[in-house]
Amino acid sequence: MNTINKQKETECHDLEALLPWHANGTLNRRDAERVEHALASDADLARRYRLVREELAETIHLNETLGAPSARAMEKLFAAIDAEEARSPRRRRSFDPARRISELLSGFAPRTLAWSAAVAALAIVVQSAIIGTVLWKGDVSTPGPKLASVSRGAFAVIRFAPQATATEITNFLGAYKATVVEGPLRSGGGLYRIRLGENQLPPADMGKVIRQMQDESRIVGFIAAAD
Amino acid sequence: MQSTSDEVLIGRIANGDRLAMQVLYARHHVRVFRFVLRYVRDEAMAEDLISEVFLDVWRQAGRFEGRSSVSTWLLAIARFKSLSALRRRPDEEFDEDSAAAIEDEADDPERVLEKKDKSALIRQCLAGLSAQHREIVDLVYYHDKSVEEVAQIVGIPENTVKTRMFYARKRLAELLKAAGIERGWP
Repeated sequence: MNTINKQKETECHDLEALLPWHANGTLNRRDAERVEHALASDADLARRYRLVREELAETIHLNETLGAPSARAMEKLFAAIDAEEARSPRRRRSFDPARRISELLSGFAPRTLAWSAAVAALAIVVQSAIIGTVLWKGDVSTPGPKLASVSRGAFAVIRFAPQATATEITNFLGAYKATVVEGPLRSGGGLYRIRLGENQLPPADMGKVIRQMQDESRIVGFIAAAD
Repeated sequence: MQSTSDEVLIGRIANGDRLAMQVLYARHHVRVFRFVLRYVRDEAMAEDLISEVFLDVWRQAGRFEGRSSVSTWLLAIARFKSLSALRRRPDEEFDEDSAAAIEDEADDPERVLEKKDKSALIRQCLAGLSAQHREIVDLVYYHDKSVEEVAQIVGIPENTVKTRMFYARKRLAELLKAAGIERGWP
């Protein structure tokens, strides 16, 4: 008999301990049902639950009277962010273009992204040379190498951001399956011609890709669709 | 229309999206401020601390693994920063254990009794709880945190969370009794 009473007492204590979480609605379904069942059959527990709800209401009231921070807190925060970015711009951001472009392209109509092995191999060599010229901050008025064999596909002109490193540019282009085919262009301004695919893209898809690339401001200074 | 989840915002913040940072700040700064203010009891200091909390979010967003909700993560950072700030206060040698035992003397139940307002009395007695008890009551009743989330924020086992909440409520009942309100519990 004593054992049964003790078990009941423990169960009752357990349920009582759960009342605050029943009141804030964060109990799992099983515990919530246990408490609901006990509340329905135990008038004293139900009375104590009313006390919990009273405490909850007054705690909310108390906290709501504490006011809110002034705009100074937000100004301070964004000033600190600006200062930090100026010191070491986006040093910690994990640039994951592969994931982002894969998400983007998953919404497109099926299309072939594979390039012929020969063109791809040649493109890599030419691209390496071109990236070299991107990073060489000297005179860019002299036109750079050109991959003459690439005549059809989806193209854009791009100017890389001054702070972009060779690795970042290579990763960026790889993520978009893009290849630099020419540059710097005769028109000047440090522009390069890149190919985004071997087939032309519908204008809407092209616009999406361009906007997505433009968002990579750490790497892209300017980009626009090109013929 | 469904708003962008906190987790998605954190992903964008990890990529340096300031607008996402503004949205997250707008969503949570008031609650984080109030949480911090209940520790430090100094509005200027609380404002400085919430700036630091969100700056940490900006810095560490890339490392957020989603094991807890974003609001739980924010409160855990806020708690750590508040306790660190209290320890740095030159005029107050802060010790978490002894601070837990200190109750707010400004809220003398006898004095509040004069108000004869039960709700106000309960609030006064809530404010008079020790720092440790106040913390857990706020997390459960105001910040809607589950047992597991409180355990993560405070860094204690889940059973201790339940026990501490029980004793916080018991202490509240004692304060109310001293103030003339007998609730018949515990």
